[in-house]
This record gives sequence, C-alpha cells and structure tokens, in this order.
Amino acid sequence: MCTMIAVTRTINGVGKGPDGWFPLTQATVGYDHATHSADEHALLLDFVNYDIGTGARVALELDITSGKALLEQLRSAIEAAEASGAVPA
Amino acid sequence: MWNSFSTDGRAGVRAGITTYTGGNGDEIHAYVARPEHDGPVPGIVVVHHMPGWDEFYQEFAERLARHGYEVICPDLYCRFGHGTPDDVAAKVRSQGGVHDDSVIVDCKAALDWLKARPTGNGKVGIIGSCSGGRHSVLVASRVPGFDAVVDLWGGGVVMSPDQLTPARPVAPIEYTKDLDAPLLGIFGNDDQNPTPEQVDVHEAELKKHAKSYEFHRYDGAGHGFFYYHTPLYRPEQAMDAWSKVFAFFGQQLGG
Repeated sequence: MCTMIAVTRTINGVGKGPDGWFPLTQATVGYDHATHSADEHALLLDFVNYDIGTGARVALELDITSGKALLEQLRSAIEAAEASGAVPA
Repeated sequence: MWNSFSTDGRAGVRAGITTYTGGNGDEIHAYVARPEHDGPVPGIVVVHHMPGWDEFYQEFAERLARHGYEVICPDLYCRFGHGTPDDVAAKVRSQGGVHDDSVIVDCKAALDWLKARPTGNGKVGIIGSCSGGRHSVLVASRVPGFDAVVDLWGGGVVMSPDQLTPARPVAPIEYTKDLDAPLLGIFGNDDQNPTPEQVDVHEAELKKHAKSYEFHRYDGAGHGFFYYHTPLYRPEQAMDAWSKVFAFFGQQLGG
C-alpha cells in the first residue's frame, strides 16, 4: 500500500555518499514502500541536499523495531551530550 | 493470453525512452513500446506507481507491447528532476507526492499522443498499479476519451477526509458518476490499501451509478502481487490476473 507518510524537516549536517562527504540540508522520514529491503514497507530515512542534485542522498530503510531502537539511541545520546556540557549553549 | 504466440511468427517490439509534450506544454520523458508492425493497434497509457518511473514499468510496458498494444508510460516525476528511480521517488515523497492535477494533464496528453498516432486503431486504454491504479481511475473519470481502464490494487480510490492532502485533494471515488470507460479491478484480499472493505465501497459506488466494471479479488495475495522483483510476488494469482487484463483489453480495445 502507498501510505504517503512522510515528514520533512530542514537539517544542518554532513553525510557521506558514493562521491564522499557533502553538506545536508533536509531530512525526510517516511513509512512507505521499501525499495530494497525485503519488507513491503519500511521506515525510509532520506538525508539530502537537492541544491547539489537529486542523487545527493544518504538513504536508509529500517524496520519499525530498528526505528524505535534508533529513536531511543538518539534520545540517549542527546541527553548524555547535553548533560556533558559539550553542547554549545 | 501470455506465452501463446505462434513460434513461426515474427512478432517483435520496439521500445525506448522518448519525450512528448505533456501537460501545460512541458516536454517530458516517456517510455514507449510498440509492436514491430504498422498496425493498426490499440493504445495504452501506462501509469507508473509511487516508487517511480522504474525498470519494472519499462518491462510492464514491453509486455503489453508484445501483446499487440502501442504503449506510452509517461515519467510523471519528470519535473522533479532526474537520477535513479529511487532517488527521484524520494524527492517526490519529500514534497508530498506528485499532484493529481499534474498526473491528469500528463495522461491526457499521453492519450492525445496515442490518438494522433497513424498506426493506432482509435482505441486507448489506461492501466496502473498502486498509486498508478488510483491515478488510472482518477484520470479515466476526469478525462473523456478512454475506452478501458484497469486498476491494479489502487490504494486511495476510497479516502477518508483525514487522508486528503494538498497533492491528493479529492478521493477518485467522488468522480465515479463521470467514469465512462469500462473498469477492470484487480485486488489482493490481504491488501491493507485498498482493504477488501474499501473495494466493497468502490464496487457499491460503481453499482449505484450503473457503471460497467468487473472486479477480481485474490486470496493469498496482498499489495503488489505482480512485482516479481519483491517478496510480494504471487505467481499463480499474478498470472491469472494478467490473463484477465489481456482478455479485458482485447475485448474493449481490440488488437
């Protein structure tokens, strides 16, 4: 099924693609048809910079369990980073 | 019927990427496939699915061409830019999907392109799967001139108000009264979009407006059961459904 679930946000970071590192400007997180994973659907994470081109993309396809684990990892790492004092105010 | 050609025949197809004048006069890409003879042959507009204008759809078009149809499969994502099919589909997804109005004008232009072909027999059908099935129903309801429409498990023909988006502002079922072409629907009973209940709703609307249609629903199949490149493939159901498609187009379009 086409869920059409997709949430897009502006981001600031860098990603590594087949041609090396490039600046990232946008992240889209969706849950829809998988392109390469064996599951019918997957969490689709796209980190892109369309100023460079359509192919300037770092893509992930994760199952829901992995997505939840990643969410928890991000939360834990961010909390630890903020508690460490290493995050600029 | 698949695999029923005569071995002493000379059937072949010519296929490749071209451009044509799409909606709003934009020059867009299309995959065109046709039998290697001068016709007359019926035409078919092939509407690709949400994962994009991809290799599956090139092979899909070629299969129809091998069965005697001139096929045009427009790149409905052409205006979003170019790259690998999944890169382009990701870009389209990030922007909320291709707008229904854009699909309608590009498919209308594809219909006109086929009607103008000197090798055509004057009949044109439209077919698509997944979002392309939904778009096929939508286009055939909004654009006069199609002689047959095939909806392969088009999710979103029936939509609740909270499913409407800027790109998909109206559920195609709302246009059922305007659908003049006979409709063939192919569905898997394990599909979640459309669910069997949504297919029931669509069927009831077709009956209400006395439309010509036939629906075939397959047990043991879900969404995308033609997709031999995925675990969704169900060979027995897919080949039976293909025979329904060929029979339907043969009856409605000739060729």
